[in-house]
Amino acid sequence: MDGKGKTIPVLTVLAAVVAIWYACVVWMNAPFEYDKAERAGTEIGFSQLVSNTMTQERPVLPAAHQVAEEMYKTIVLKKFTSKRSLVYHGWITLSATLLGFAIGTALGILLAVGIVHNRAMDKSVMPWVIASQTIPILAVAPMIIVVLNAVGLSGLLPKALISTYLSFFPVVVGMVKGLRSPDRAQLDLMHTYSASTAQTFWKLRWPSSMPYLFTSLKIAIAISLVGAIVGELPTGAVAGLGARLLAGSYYGQTIQIWSALFTAAILAAVLVMIVGLAHSYVLRRMGQKPEGAAT
Amino acid sequence: MSWLVVFAVMFWLATWAVNEWLSRRTFASHSVQKTVNLLIPLLFGVAVLVLWEGITRGLEVPRVLLPPPSMIWERILNSLPILWADFQQTFLKAVLAGYVLGCGSGFLVALLCDRSSFLKRGLLPLGNFVSALPIIGVAPIMVMWFGFDWQSKAAVVVIMTFFPMLVNTVQGLSAADHMQRDLMRTYASSWWQTLIKLRLPAASPFIFNALKLNSTLALIGAIVAEFFGTPIVGMGFRISTEVGRMNVDMVWAEIAVAALAGSAFYGLVALIERTITFWHPSIRSRRI
Repeated sequence: MDGKGKTIPVLTVLAAVVAIWYACVVWMNAPFEYDKAERAGTEIGFSQLVSNTMTQERPVLPAAHQVAEEMYKTIVLKKFTSKRSLVYHGWITLSATLLGFAIGTALGILLAVGIVHNRAMDKSVMPWVIASQTIPILAVAPMIIVVLNAVGLSGLLPKALISTYLSFFPVVVGMVKGLRSPDRAQLDLMHTYSASTAQTFWKLRWPSSMPYLFTSLKIAIAISLVGAIVGELPTGAVAGLGARLLAGSYYGQTIQIWSALFTAAILAAVLVMIVGLAHSYVLRRMGQKPEGAAT
Repeated sequence: MSWLVVFAVMFWLATWAVNEWLSRRTFASHSVQKTVNLLIPLLFGVAVLVLWEGITRGLEVPRVLLPPPSMIWERILNSLPILWADFQQTFLKAVLAGYVLGCGSGFLVALLCDRSSFLKRGLLPLGNFVSALPIIGVAPIMVMWFGFDWQSKAAVVVIMTFFPMLVNTVQGLSAADHMQRDLMRTYASSWWQTLIKLRLPAASPFIFNALKLNSTLALIGAIVAEFFGTPIVGMGFRISTEVGRMNVDMVWAEIAVAALAGSAFYGLVALIERTITFWHPSIRSRRI
């Protein structure tokens, strides 16, 4: 599949999604309009109905242009420091995400190094790392937040800790695989050079783990963002994209929910893209082809 | 009370030493080796529990911060009916319904993608893209559309599980290589015959990968969706209200149930995988 062959199908599917969206807008918002017309004692024509469903104050499903308009208003027009600006809320979520991602990555790499170099750690810790993947960690999120708040730790760190918790698993798993990826012959070669463990690590294991690391980092940053958003839910809806979602659902502000959702989606896409760019940059510096190197 | 801490740390160090010794040895008999391989993580888990118990009791860590495991266990035993009702609401209704619908529809759309390469080229990049998005955010919208009961949670689970299933199945369907497909063609087999006899078996490792991934995602989705509004039952509801009342031991009990359910669900899918894809190298090698 080359790049050229993808654009038209993707655009077609996107167009279909938008078309279905607008059809759903009319269909889902129509009952409200019929209701209103009936109460006013008037008949409503079809064209009137269609145009009405797209301009409701609190629609069941807002139209795409309403969401875009709201996003433009809250991102571009509002001042960044304003409580109603999505940039302000997005930044709060982003900072927690990045802090958690950084701690999680560091922790994950350290654990992976330990697991690769120590047999006991490999056999005892690794099964638990895998088992803990099956546990719904996000369920712990509200408790961590509230409990840490109770002992006086509030603000950025509790949210970042949830992101850390979520993001370190993919890094551990990917890095263990990556640090073990050099084959027997390469390790034997290092051995014939009488390289120390540290030298083998820095000159062979670390470089060959890079494709695995970046593949894991892509998962880790996306999941960090999810962690930060969920971490914002129980704080009483103060600030952040998660708080916007919760506040929107309390007050039935559907347009606000959708615009927060789209902002989060754009943020996730940009973050994953940045990691992807870093990935291909590092691999190019190492003299590898970016494509096909990652699994 | 600090001797408790000392004891816990000593116990930790002792189990660590035993583990170190066990993992260095190789045992002649396979069954002994197998037991030892199971024993090492088990010892580690017990050591963590003892360390947890010792530190929380010995240092008198506030109950609100971290209750000792024995207290959580007591709470689980005391509130079995509540836990069972929550489990029924969240897991048996929302998670299972959503999981079946989401995985099933993902699988069907993947088959459609396979018939039309246009659809495949259009949907696959989007599916990959959507997997990175915080889909959990649709929870408030689903609660608004489908009401407070389990249907809205199931809807969130459907959306969360759909895309991993789609992407993995499409990937898996192209796993059978050209030689094998050409062979099927020389047999003049139809698309359906090729699908059932060659390509689905070849795709099953990928499909099970998605099923395992989704088993975790489904539980998370259902619990988090309950934070946005529920009837007065459900695991997510219990967690968020008991946190508000500072009944942390109840929250931990609920988490233990969630962990158990999640692990059991995952384990069940993994077990089915082993019986169906017994031919795959990753499973064959483990049997030796």
